Amino acid sequence: MNKIDALIIGAGPTGLFTAHQLKLIGLNCEIVDNLDKIGGQCIELYPDKPIYDIPAVPECTGEELTNKLINQLKPFDIKFHLSERVDEVKKENENWIVKTNKGTIFSTPNVIIAGGVGSFEPRKFPIKDCEKFEDKSIFYSVKNKKIFDGKIVTIFGGGDSALDWAVELSKTSKVNLVHRREDFRGAQATVDHVHELVKEGKINLFTKYQIASIKGDNQLESIDIKSEDKETKNIKTDYALGFFGLIMQLGPIANWGLTIDKKTIEVDTEKFETNQQGIYAVGDICTYPGKLKLILSGFHEGALAARACFKLARPNEKYRFEFTTSSKTIKDRLGVKSD
Amino acid sequence: MFTHTCPIFLHNYIIHMTKITYITHDNKNHTIDVQNGLTVMEGAVQNDIPGIDADCGGGMACATCHVYVNDEWFDKLPSKEDGEEDMLDMAFEPKKNSRLSCQIIVSDELDGLTVSIPSKQG
Repeated sequence: MNKIDALIIGAGPTGLFTAHQLKLIGLNCEIVDNLDKIGGQCIELYPDKPIYDIPAVPECTGEELTNKLINQLKPFDIKFHLSERVDEVKKENENWIVKTNKGTIFSTPNVIIAGGVGSFEPRKFPIKDCEKFEDKSIFYSVKNKKIFDGKIVTIFGGGDSALDWAVELSKTSKVNLVHRREDFRGAQATVDHVHELVKEGKINLFTKYQIASIKGDNQLESIDIKSEDKETKNIKTDYALGFFGLIMQLGPIANWGLTIDKKTIEVDTEKFETNQQGIYAVGDICTYPGKLKLILSGFHEGALAARACFKLARPNEKYRFEFTTSSKTIKDRLGVKSD
Repeated sequence: MFTHTCPIFLHNYIIHMTKITYITHDNKNHTIDVQNGLTVMEGAVQNDIPGIDADCGGGMACATCHVYVNDEWFDKLPSKEDGEEDMLDMAFEPKKNSRLSCQIIVSDELDGLTVSIPSKQG
């Protein structure tokens, strides 16, 4: 069990800066994020889009902002648990016991939810029946490509993931590629490669088609695809792969007994604490009168939540406010020389 | 001051509104006056019309403000910018008349625009 002063859920800009604030005041923390990389929405949704309203930074992209925040955390040793989702939070005496989907357990008096709009999950097929085949013959990511050897695999999607896997699996499997329109949004070189493989008969391409229904009892047998004009085709398949990008879901957070209003968590504006003592929400996921969904608001909220954590993590000590410009203690923590 | 009372300047103080109809998945019509200059997505979010999530807040980065535009209106809308069709690939059950409502800016010309909200955003 990891005993820590505070656990941060979400490695977006708000989570990262909150970690910085915790470390400055001498508390230790760890960060969990469901994505496989640090940066949250900034890195997943708009790595290349410029942001113009970060104080003192006239312009930077989502990726640049993320890198600067990671850089700011360099003096500290912070453990990240990436590709992990927090599933369960429950109170045990003074502490919250937090469990992730990978079995990591934390014991901490403070949980700071900096989860944006929730965790990123793959978008799934719109057909309800697909659920029973999920992780058996229907997948939204590839973990072990060996299972597809010599089989028929039908891939849905028009981005890089769909195209890359169509190319890769065409070497060892019979591949059908289904996409809702003729244009693909993947890299041009991969698009060209796919079209070559279609000409060579190594990929069967169905454009302007979408999934209509699936057939099979225990094992997937075939898929009906339909065009805009309702023309239907049946294609035999052993496996189906869907690559429709990611969507944000509030997920298990919804079951933690917090007051939730339209996918956001209600907090006070002194500690950014939820209705549960020791659980805070900061950044886009929190709401209060006047809430602005801006990155800079998340920074402010994280700074205040971090101070609130001090009381529960160090009940016998008094928190003393200090400036980074003058405090020797803070400079020591940052590893910079005092004047 | 003079400008506040002079009728010539009156138009500066009138907010132009346009009627937009949102049909939710339960087939209910919600006709709302939306301020010109806002997007169809913002009109829905500010008036608590259910079914438009707009997770990314209008950045054309998430496809959770997906709507179907009624046929008579589809061709009258300004055409899609680069990137909108790419995002629609990820939308839940996209059709020929699919648009991202964050990319439709409300103006006098859109008075009476009707959009249908899909059963899910993802």
